[in-house]
Amino acid sequence: MPAVTAPSRASRGASVMPDTPGWARWANDHRKWLFAAPAMAFVAALIIFPLAWTAYLSLTDSSGSVRAESEFIGFRNYLDVLSDTTRFWPAVGRTAAFTGVALFFEVVLGMAIALLLWRPFRGEKWVRVAILLPLVATPVAVGMMWRLIFDPNIGMANQVLGWVGIGPQPWLAGQHTALPTTIFIDIWQWTPMVVLILLAGLTSLSNEPQEAAMIDGASAWQRFRHVTLPLLMPTVIVAVLLRGIDALKTFDILYATKGRGGGSFHEVETLNVYAYGLSFDYNEYGLSSTVLILFFLIIIGLMWALTARRKKEAGR
Amino acid sequence: MKPRTGFQVFRAVALVFVVLALLLPLLWMVAASFKTNVDIYDSGKALVFTPTLTNYETVLQQANYVQFIINSLWVAFAATVLSLLLGVPAAYSMSRFNMRKSALVVLMARVIPGVSLLVPWYYVFSNLRMVGGFSVLILSHMFVSLPLIVYIMMGYFDGLPEELEEAAQVDGLSPIGAFRRITLPLSLPGIATAGILSFIFSWNNFMFALVLSGADTKTLPVAIFDFVGYASIDWGGLMAATTVVTLPIMLIALFVQKYIVSGLTAGATKG
Repeated sequence: MPAVTAPSRASRGASVMPDTPGWARWANDHRKWLFAAPAMAFVAALIIFPLAWTAYLSLTDSSGSVRAESEFIGFRNYLDVLSDTTRFWPAVGRTAAFTGVALFFEVVLGMAIALLLWRPFRGEKWVRVAILLPLVATPVAVGMMWRLIFDPNIGMANQVLGWVGIGPQPWLAGQHTALPTTIFIDIWQWTPMVVLILLAGLTSLSNEPQEAAMIDGASAWQRFRHVTLPLLMPTVIVAVLLRGIDALKTFDILYATKGRGGGSFHEVETLNVYAYGLSFDYNEYGLSSTVLILFFLIIIGLMWALTARRKKEAGR
Repeated sequence: MKPRTGFQVFRAVALVFVVLALLLPLLWMVAASFKTNVDIYDSGKALVFTPTLTNYETVLQQANYVQFIINSLWVAFAATVLSLLLGVPAAYSMSRFNMRKSALVVLMARVIPGVSLLVPWYYVFSNLRMVGGFSVLILSHMFVSLPLIVYIMMGYFDGLPEELEEAAQVDGLSPIGAFRRITLPLSLPGIATAGILSFIFSWNNFMFALVLSGADTKTLPVAIFDFVGYASIDWGGLMAATTVVTLPIMLIALFVQKYIVSGLTAGATKG
């Protein structure tokens, strides 16, 4: 971007910059696009064009090497993927379960913790620090950390269970316990995010409706259910939206804890992990692009529904 | 009003539980990084053990981690600076001229699954012989940083009164001059917030580096996997490696807590 020098102090007070050079005036007149265009060009080059290419690849039988000849096969990939009940639909199910369960606990726990932190108290600062740490920690490292804690033989988790008389669990190593365990890790890392967002929302609420309800003799639960929650609903939806998008795309902790393909039985293979594997482990570019386009449509659909809901809530 | 003491006791107990649940795993990771593998396998040494620096020696000397730390720092720094250069003026235009549709295009990048871009990127950049180099890593990390910066800065510029710039223009500054001399200095806290968060997200990013980095340009999150073998895991080394990745970020977080919170919650409370 050309460096645009402001007119010198000497020209201050002159009517409308009479002595500025022509290019500076042009830059000022066109500053809207001069400012926005580089970022938008970057986005267009790195996102829109590749996305269009992915959409095209999904209509071909491209595999092996992207450079290899590929044939246009129309919607055959889509038919194949949508009728695939061994990998695709289970991956859809796991993505839905992972996102739904994680989101549910993150919002409920996040709301509870935010309400606890709402009114000032001594030591507040330390609690806030503790809340911030998991959420800035590198997700891959968090995955590894829990992998040690949940190790069936040497992990702390089974020892703690032992103290209270519960037998050892396979955790990440079990075919049926792996997905719930990764959901737990996601909840540990991201509930703090929901807490921060909801707390910002709570802090911005005015006190008057609360006080009015208190004077009317409403119980704490009634005040929450009928005063706080409705006022906070737009913020709750933002939290669900931001967290939901990221939860759908979860990759790092799944790869760190179970490796390629979501484990030997694909027990944590979500859509994102499946598409990654198709692209970079199996080099099935046509199929992976199809899965990605479908995944993308699902995300857009959910976002659209939630945004519409938020507009409705905010408009009330 | 009801007596509040009961609630206060409940709140204290609940918050202590929350803090322990959040911090104990992290402390466990750091503790394990100071244990020999023999001690990690010995449940009797869970809390009482003789600390050792062997794992850190392995990580920093044998495993070439110093190089990976520098790689991570460089990629995160460059991606953040470049994204700020592109993103701050763009966010300004999008805020002042109400370019909500253009903004939506940039923000789409936050929604798109990264995998869907990686195959085309890999093809284009390997043809340009850029895969494995720093430039492609920095570009891919900008894909994470730029939308974040635009999102945070748009909210920040929305909150700055336009009257200040108008006054500066009455005083003879050009519109761009007013942006440079009035708006930019006023938005430094917002830029700090956006920059810090962009740095953290880039530092933590795993998937792009997994595909696009080479043996010399590996970033820390990818390098962690060096300690995970097919047959066995060097737990001590692995925990030292994860501590090396997470500790700098957590320290930054402690010092600039306020900025991080305001960045993460940006736009959350707008109607």
